[in-house]
Amino acid sequence: MFRIVQAQLLAPGIKRFVIEAPRIAHKQKPGQFVILRINEPGERIPLTIESSDPVAGTISIVVQAVGKTTHLLHCLGAGDSIADVVGPLGKPSEIERFGTVAVVGGGVGTAMAYPTAAALKRAGNRVISIIGARTKELVLLEKEMGAVSDILLVTTDDGSYAEKGFVTDKLRDLIQTGTHIDLVLAVGPVVMMKAVAELTRAAQIRTVVSLNPIMIDGTGMCGGCRVLIDGKSEFACVDGPEFDAHRVNFEVLVQRNAMYREAEKRSMEEFMRERAAQEERAREQTGEPCAVLPGGER
Amino acid sequence: MTKTVAPSANPLTLKERMKVPRQLMPEQDAALRSTNFTEVNLGYSPELARQEAMRCLECAKTTCVQKCPVGVKVKEFVQLIVAGDFAGAAAKIREDNVLPAITGRVCPQEDHCEAACTLGKAKNVRPLGIGYLERFVSDYEQRMGIRHLPKVPPTGKKVAVVGSGPSGLTVAGDLAQKGHKVRVFEALHELGGVLVYGIPEFRLPKQIIREQLDYLRDMGVEFETDVVVGRTVTIDELMGEEGYDAVFIGTGAGSPQFMGIPGEHLNGVYSANEFLTRINLMKAYQFPRYDEPMVDLHGKDVAVIGGGNTALDAIRSALRLGARNAHVVYRRSEAEMPARIEEVHHAQQEGIEFHMLTNPVEFLSDGKGWLAAARCVRMELGEPDASGRRRPIPIAGSEFELPLSVVVIAVGTSANPIVQSTTPGLATDKRGYIQADTTTQRTSRKGVFAGGDIVTGSATVILAMGAGRRAAKSIHEYLTSSVWEIPAA
Repeated sequence: MFRIVQAQLLAPGIKRFVIEAPRIAHKQKPGQFVILRINEPGERIPLTIESSDPVAGTISIVVQAVGKTTHLLHCLGAGDSIADVVGPLGKPSEIERFGTVAVVGGGVGTAMAYPTAAALKRAGNRVISIIGARTKELVLLEKEMGAVSDILLVTTDDGSYAEKGFVTDKLRDLIQTGTHIDLVLAVGPVVMMKAVAELTRAAQIRTVVSLNPIMIDGTGMCGGCRVLIDGKSEFACVDGPEFDAHRVNFEVLVQRNAMYREAEKRSMEEFMRERAAQEERAREQTGEPCAVLPGGER
Repeated sequence: MTKTVAPSANPLTLKERMKVPRQLMPEQDAALRSTNFTEVNLGYSPELARQEAMRCLECAKTTCVQKCPVGVKVKEFVQLIVAGDFAGAAAKIREDNVLPAITGRVCPQEDHCEAACTLGKAKNVRPLGIGYLERFVSDYEQRMGIRHLPKVPPTGKKVAVVGSGPSGLTVAGDLAQKGHKVRVFEALHELGGVLVYGIPEFRLPKQIIREQLDYLRDMGVEFETDVVVGRTVTIDELMGEEGYDAVFIGTGAGSPQFMGIPGEHLNGVYSANEFLTRINLMKAYQFPRYDEPMVDLHGKDVAVIGGGNTALDAIRSALRLGARNAHVVYRRSEAEMPARIEEVHHAQQEGIEFHMLTNPVEFLSDGKGWLAAARCVRMELGEPDASGRRRPIPIAGSEFELPLSVVVIAVGTSANPIVQSTTPGLATDKRGYIQADTTTQRTSRKGVFAGGDIVTGSATVILAMGAGRRAAKSIHEYLTSSVWEIPAA
């Protein structure tokens, strides 16, 4: 069991968890991820590590509640435990002195890009960060990203904060105004990463994306996370998760990520129904607002 | 150690023994079992076991023992069954095999002990049911709660075992019996390796594995799950900061091979490892009670590509999950199929359709990203290839389409690179498997041993256990002598 030492709401539906995992904290490098399983009937899901503290023996992850598992995770707080956390998995990000690096983070992807951006800055790069979100309150880690960036640009889709538009608009502006960029790192929704890849392909800028396909074991055993790279199968868990964006077949990634959409929907509906019923009971008994228990009670 | 056996409690003459037919294994009805995940074989009763045991000719030269990768003393344990001493028989097996309830179920005895059995050499006489007897006594041992725990004093030596599959568990059991402190590291959340993620419930119930693991815990073996050695901790760290005196690597073959044909990325195309992991380890067949999903197979056409035990495990699982048509597509003929004969028969009884001398050349889409069919080609057999089996050659113009919603690719595995790539100085062959001496299992790194599929490529549970036995013996020698010899390259 892995104990949660801190759970903090960063934005609506987005939480940071600090988890006791000394072995992982000791080994983690930027770009790597963990796979966690909340309880015995739980599925295994991959999540990028935001940071680690080897002294305290903890790691932090930033999780957006999307499906059943992430919603269930959001019900947990400090003192609760997660059955399994394994990692750090995947190859670390390539950290070198490239020159000028543009780090593009979309939505919760910003939290995943953050450790790599910080390492790139430490390695002596000029870091231009572009972070975006749907709306003001979903903009993540603005302060942290600002601290590791020479320039920080922020966008919101609805214009409720900073500049209205997409992160790709900002990147396009940079390229068109002749800003010299040696490397682009893009982490976020697949559509965003694909748009970045198309933009930088034309401009011939080397671009790295961090892929998050469906995964089970995370050690190269199942092949479920295979992605098409230059028409050839590679496993995101051991060959990635970072790949050269210009070689990635994003259509296949989108298609494979949709494989269990119906099952995921059904899981979520049943979970929400059960949670509503449990909350009702809990409110009657204890006044606790979030009463879904870990450990498979259902 | 060796318990003396009374000359023979068997009242039958050798001639009479030859006349007793091999006792059939009681099994679940094929029509019923194809709808459930309960074990197919039901096990011998004590009466059936004794009757079968009495067929043993008690040969002076025990070729059955010589052919056993772990050297189970077959004649002696069978004699104990005849004498009615089932606990003694179990203890006798345990001298050489720490996982008897598992090998009693999944070891291909027909290739080992039973292939060597003198009975089987006679015309129309089938070999002794050694596997069935092993299963019987180990189930008896479990039912009666019998434990034979090591009584040796602790040596103070620590051994790390990487991987909790058949080779690792064997090493752990054998070394615990010698008084060494053993800790087994497993990457997944559940122990057992291929025994839990690969082999389905109907062939090897998870409960059996848990019982065998409990036995090892009682022997003093420690386990730690969620550790990917090479990522979470390296071999060097285990032997450095963590103070292990020796390490055994038994990580298995691991990485699934794909065929490299068009359409392999369509939804509905699985590797056997993924398909079986979802079902066995993640219990996707109990969705939504368990969260891990898989494609609903009810009323669907499903095929597996390949002819090994893994292929049959996958397709028989698909049938149990409601597949309308369940096909095995294999590029050679039945004679070359690597699967156990018993499994092939079971699959046939259950209504699996076999397409021999057939190979897919392309997976076709339904236009929405999902598999719709496999375009296959018929094959014929040419000259023997490197494996000694006749090489399959496509027959021009024989292509046809097999309508399918799900296909499972079970054409083999390749070496998982995580440990090798993070352990400097650990020699591998050109395919990436770890190089280890075939008798001592020593690798190129001092104090590091390896065995099982990560050395040989995919093989069987019992061969991995055989490697584990050899490794345990040589680890013990190394720990007690501190002498390390570099194995011949």
